[in-house]
Amino acid sequence: MSRIDRRFAAVRAEGRAALVTFVMGGDPDLATSLALVKALPAAGADIIEIGMPFTDPMADGPAIQAAGLRALKQGTTLARTLDLVRAFRGGDGDTPVILMGYYNPIYIYGVERFLADARAAGVDGLIVVDLPPEEDEELCLPALRAGLSFIRLATPTTDDLRLPAVLANTSGFVYYVSITGITGARTPDFTEVAAAVDRIKRHTHLPVVVGFGVKSGAHAAAVARGADGVVVGSALVEALRRSLDGEERATAGTVPAVTTLVAELAAGVRSVAGGNGQPPADGSHLLEEV
Amino acid sequence: MNSLAPNSYRTGPDERGHFGIFGGRFVAETLMPVILEVEKAYAAAKADPAFRAEMDAHLATYVGRPSPLYFAERLTEHVRAVAAGQGRDGGAKIYLKREELNHTGSHKVNNVLGQIMLARRMGKRRIIAETGAGQHGVATATLCARFGLDCVVYMGAVDVERQKPNVFRMKMLGAEVVPVQSGSKTLKDAMNEALRDWVTNVANTFYCIGTVAGPHPYPAMVRDFQAVIGREVREQLQAVEGRLPDSLVACVGGGSNAMGLFHPFLDDRSVEIYGVEAAGHGLETGQHAASLTGGRPGVLHGNRTYLLMDGDGQITEAHSISAGLDYPGIGPEHAWLHETGRATYLSATDAEALEAFQLLSKLEGIIPALESAHALAKVVTLAPQKPKDHLMVVNLSGRGDKDVPQVAEILGSSL
Repeated sequence: MSRIDRRFAAVRAEGRAALVTFVMGGDPDLATSLALVKALPAAGADIIEIGMPFTDPMADGPAIQAAGLRALKQGTTLARTLDLVRAFRGGDGDTPVILMGYYNPIYIYGVERFLADARAAGVDGLIVVDLPPEEDEELCLPALRAGLSFIRLATPTTDDLRLPAVLANTSGFVYYVSITGITGARTPDFTEVAAAVDRIKRHTHLPVVVGFGVKSGAHAAAVARGADGVVVGSALVEALRRSLDGEERATAGTVPAVTTLVAELAAGVRSVAGGNGQPPADGSHLLEEV
Repeated sequence: MNSLAPNSYRTGPDERGHFGIFGGRFVAETLMPVILEVEKAYAAAKADPAFRAEMDAHLATYVGRPSPLYFAERLTEHVRAVAAGQGRDGGAKIYLKREELNHTGSHKVNNVLGQIMLARRMGKRRIIAETGAGQHGVATATLCARFGLDCVVYMGAVDVERQKPNVFRMKMLGAEVVPVQSGSKTLKDAMNEALRDWVTNVANTFYCIGTVAGPHPYPAMVRDFQAVIGREVREQLQAVEGRLPDSLVACVGGGSNAMGLFHPFLDDRSVEIYGVEAAGHGLETGQHAASLTGGRPGVLHGNRTYLLMDGDGQITEAHSISAGLDYPGIGPEHAWLHETGRATYLSATDAEALEAFQLLSKLEGIIPALESAHALAKVVTLAPQKPKDHLMVVNLSGRGDKDVPQVAEILGSSL
């Protein structure tokens, strides 16, 4: 059983949905970023997504674009993002860590070398925005062979015909992007989201988490009613940005600014019964360790 | 460079959009369904004689095709004088393919017409485009006006500043021009922003990509629409010279005018093919836009191709005097032609392009676009090395009116 599977099982046992938090690796600098990531579980994050900064994040809105550029400006590289995970993992063996970003930095790092280093650092899964199922041979299949989960995005445009292809090599969980649009853009219609999650669940036993547009505890609670997890990214990245000084440097308020919002979101998730996904009795949804 | 030589250079891409290792479909899931829809619609249109016929009619009466193939007599005399100065009796006979005479002033309209007709077939009423120099934006705005479609053009804020005449033209034509403030504020950022728009408005929007790049099927589709250039050259040169050209020269940013000229000749092995990238301040300065000469394979904007980047895979900013070449990547089919050795890619600096810009103006009474001036800059060095019976065809991809204010500023005179 992978860390991701164990975490979803534990959260489900509590009768609630999971809170998945996204922060950009190295934003606004590597030391602050590590302090922040270390503080997330205690604030209520169940799963941590760490962004791998990229100069040209085509599916991200202004908040996450700016976060990536801040991180790059302070010298964050893919190798340093892996160092960040290793340092976190040294003090936390249970919280799943997912790296999220774009393919080019991984391709340049070298796919096999990256997978080995990511696994050794304690990474559990990958979300790579610009690798649809049509390009599975690039990274998805090698990642699965290396024992990492490859988490796919499903979107409102992913119809029933296409869903099987999207879900085929997905593991860990499915990330439902609640709007057609970029990160942080607008808040979705929560009733439509619940219906979409139900639709995906007809095709998979994997947990389905929902992201894009969740900004507050109330939003988190609304999404948690109909999903196995709630992802929050842009709102946290914005909270971080607002805590910076005039030269975009961290202040004493930076880590608390994010953890305060995480605590609000965690309370929202815990305020409702959620986690509507029932695992199949035979455990067939679990990733086989290769 | 490897030595693999396929039986034909004209059969690519494969069904998944690959030219060798290049190309592909590296896009967010939100866009995959629409990209598959575009692929399907294009395949159907391509097989439909009515689509071809309608396009040919518009090309003839609206665009003004065929564009002339012009014997550049004084430019030929010039390169022969250069050859003589080097102690050689030589100098190629130079023809210019006059794409700058098309409606809207560049080759861009060939592709835009095709894509707009496809968008209409698909029932998409809102068109988005990215633009660098503004030529693709102007062509898109023009055809959207012609067919009554909504048009939004993304343009880097830096390019908006240096290409003011084209910005005004687009607005006159009814398009909304969105200055892009992110990243380096040039063409690559305009493309990022257009992709963000498409992800958001995918249901009613068609993304009209301006070059032979992006996710499959765009590189092949744009090439097909531009290949009219090479097909005409073939016929026109046959009519006046009774044979194939000996060499082809075109500038390469993303590479659509070059691919349009080259593609019909790829299997004519006797034809030398030269693409000219923008060397900016010089390759050694790092401030250039020569992806093939100064970059390496990576993944950006939906395809694997040669890119300018740092050791961490972060895309670096390109530099060129020409906004239309100021892009850190290149179409995947060019990357493949480069690796197979079928085409040779050279580069011209800002200064060389500027010199060629003035040279053609004075010798032939044709003010070329700064983009096309890069090709001409290499013609001036290549042609003197060839014998007098060597037929060299240069793609004059665009007219230079849009560049006159910028060039005037650089040369220190005011208009």
